[in-house]
Amino acid sequence: MQTTERTIADQQREWEQLTLLPFTERRPEAREAFRTQGGATLERVYTPEHVADVDYLRDIGFPGQFPYTRGPYPTMYRAQPWTMRQIAGFGTADDTNQRFRYLIAQGQTGISTDFDMPTLMGYDSDDERSEGEVGREGVAIDSVDDMLDLYAGIDLEKISVSMTINPSAWILLAMYLVTAEERGFDRKKLSGTIQNDIIKEYVAQKEWVYPPRPAMRLVRDSITYSAEHLPRYNPVNVSGYHSREAGSTAIQEVAFTLAAGIAYVEEVVKAGIDVDDFAPRLSFFFVSQIDFLEEVAKFRAARRVWARVMKERFGAKKPESMRLRFHCQTAGVSCTAREPLNNIARTAIEALAAVCGGAQSLHTNGYDEALSIPSEPAMKIALRTQQIIAEEVGIIGTIDPLAGSYALERLTSDIEKGCFDYFAEIDKRGGTIKCIEDNFLQMELADAAYDLHRRKEAGERHIVTVTKYRDESANPHVELHHVDEAASQRQLDRLAKTKANRDSAAVQKALDEVVRVAKTDENIMPATIAAVRARATGGEIIKALRPVFGTYVETPVF
Amino acid sequence: MPIKVLVAKPGLDGHDRGAKIVARALRDAGMEVVYTGLHQTPEMIVNAAIQEDVDVVGVSILSGAHMTIFPKIMTMLAEREVDDIAVVGGGVIQEADIPKLKEIGVREIFNAEASTQDLIDGIERIVAQTGRDRSRREAAGTAGAGQAASR
Repeated sequence: MQTTERTIADQQREWEQLTLLPFTERRPEAREAFRTQGGATLERVYTPEHVADVDYLRDIGFPGQFPYTRGPYPTMYRAQPWTMRQIAGFGTADDTNQRFRYLIAQGQTGISTDFDMPTLMGYDSDDERSEGEVGREGVAIDSVDDMLDLYAGIDLEKISVSMTINPSAWILLAMYLVTAEERGFDRKKLSGTIQNDIIKEYVAQKEWVYPPRPAMRLVRDSITYSAEHLPRYNPVNVSGYHSREAGSTAIQEVAFTLAAGIAYVEEVVKAGIDVDDFAPRLSFFFVSQIDFLEEVAKFRAARRVWARVMKERFGAKKPESMRLRFHCQTAGVSCTAREPLNNIARTAIEALAAVCGGAQSLHTNGYDEALSIPSEPAMKIALRTQQIIAEEVGIIGTIDPLAGSYALERLTSDIEKGCFDYFAEIDKRGGTIKCIEDNFLQMELADAAYDLHRRKEAGERHIVTVTKYRDESANPHVELHHVDEAASQRQLDRLAKTKANRDSAAVQKALDEVVRVAKTDENIMPATIAAVRARATGGEIIKALRPVFGTYVETPVF
Repeated sequence: MPIKVLVAKPGLDGHDRGAKIVARALRDAGMEVVYTGLHQTPEMIVNAAIQEDVDVVGVSILSGAHMTIFPKIMTMLAEREVDDIAVVGGGVIQEADIPKLKEIGVREIFNAEASTQDLIDGIERIVAQTGRDRSRREAAGTAGAGQAASR
């Protein structure tokens, strides 16, 4: 082996002198350096020499086996394609329910729910802070009555339901369980995911209610409750999507996400739960950006890093605890408002990267992503894009098809190293939560976002039709999602009806019990489920707990 | 005296990437920048603008609530008799809404495609055209730091 490597290195030097140099003297390269979106400098050409430190069996291996670089399962898409899970949410529960049914009729295989800003932030629709935002960017869910209508007619034992919600996630989980109970479904058969990743909220998405430490307790309670009662449910979806959309590098996306994963595992283990009792149900969420190779490498690196963390740091024994499963969404920020149909091409490339990277489920953005929440035609093309990849491209026949590419394996190993460097730094600074409280992660992200912005403005990375090939004639018109201005009033009426029909004394009693439990170390889920069953609203539960948990106030850094 | 800008982030959404990049770019261009942080009500924004005595308020909005938020800010500035503070906006604002916003006094909308140089030039132009009464500000001396923080 040693002789071959030396030969390649020698040959490369010779090639540089005899072939490359005379060529570039006549015709120089377009740029001095080519960098990935994440800022890593790409070699002109990669050879076996560049991956001499990569050991196939140790670092790459086989799908469904440690370190899971090639995929979490031994058959991957040969058994069934990824779950095609287009997110939807707008207006009232009834409005969104119709979109769900439309998408299922078009062949979608999972449901993903987008909530409006008040629901995400823990305000009821009739709160002063909610004005202008009810049902605008997602669906408004105030009480379990809304959730019953949201998933009406959908078999919750058959289709997996994902909910993108964070600071109030445990309440929405309670609503979901009461919905299932009132419709007669078996909890043990419920499959689905609640995002419930509060750490990345402080870093990137910025939806919060309480300070980090009490918020971590709520995440812990939902994980431990699920471990006991919901064998098929993913109680947390640790997310890198938002950090990347906020401008992080690819390495930061994986490193911050897995650092959050580490923090959740530590929190639950601290409560006396065995790591193998809950780790198999942890799930992850990454973006698929436009930088194809770097993205495929990123997904592979994420699986390898997590496997090693779980085995070496936490001593996990079960293979399921070490295998990282993830949902993926194409990059909203890569979409442009100008010539929006071009976003179909961008999204298709990003979706292909997700598939080459072994995603378990995927949302493809609509071409109107930069303009508004998606219209029905935009969502249909986005779903068709996935179906074309699954049915026509032929890529599902072989697992991890790009493995062994010198470039890809080098990038994969570099991202892995970047992650472990970040973990060392975060540990040195006192852990993930401390790093949020000290604004370390926020500042790292802001620096990366500004750097990427400057590189774009300097012309290092172009955006077609925005910074290059710009057509100054009128932007092509596309039909956008119509905002139903009356939806907000309909929601206020729905909420008023729920409040009028409930037993106020029972609600108050249930809320008092939630507050009592919050002050102890008991699991908060059972009391929350009881409150939701009595028709307490999300906003009421959030508000009742503010005096116990406090309210988070950010010190903004830029 | 440098131009003083309040970068404001109303609404419940957390899309602050643009606001932070703008804040840093304006600071790098020599302006004095105060960033409100997230989740501000129109009232909080107007209070901060007065307390910080700024020339310009730059409102970043991506939640779709711009037709609710901007009118409130404009009305409050007028009520507090500080409507000489120029208001500009950015974020995801649909073309059709821009004339309506300009009608109520919003000076300029910088969409996601605007470069930071467009933004810097635009703010300098607006302040040069109808800047605030600088002598009043200078007489007032140092403005209070308020709740808003910068790096």
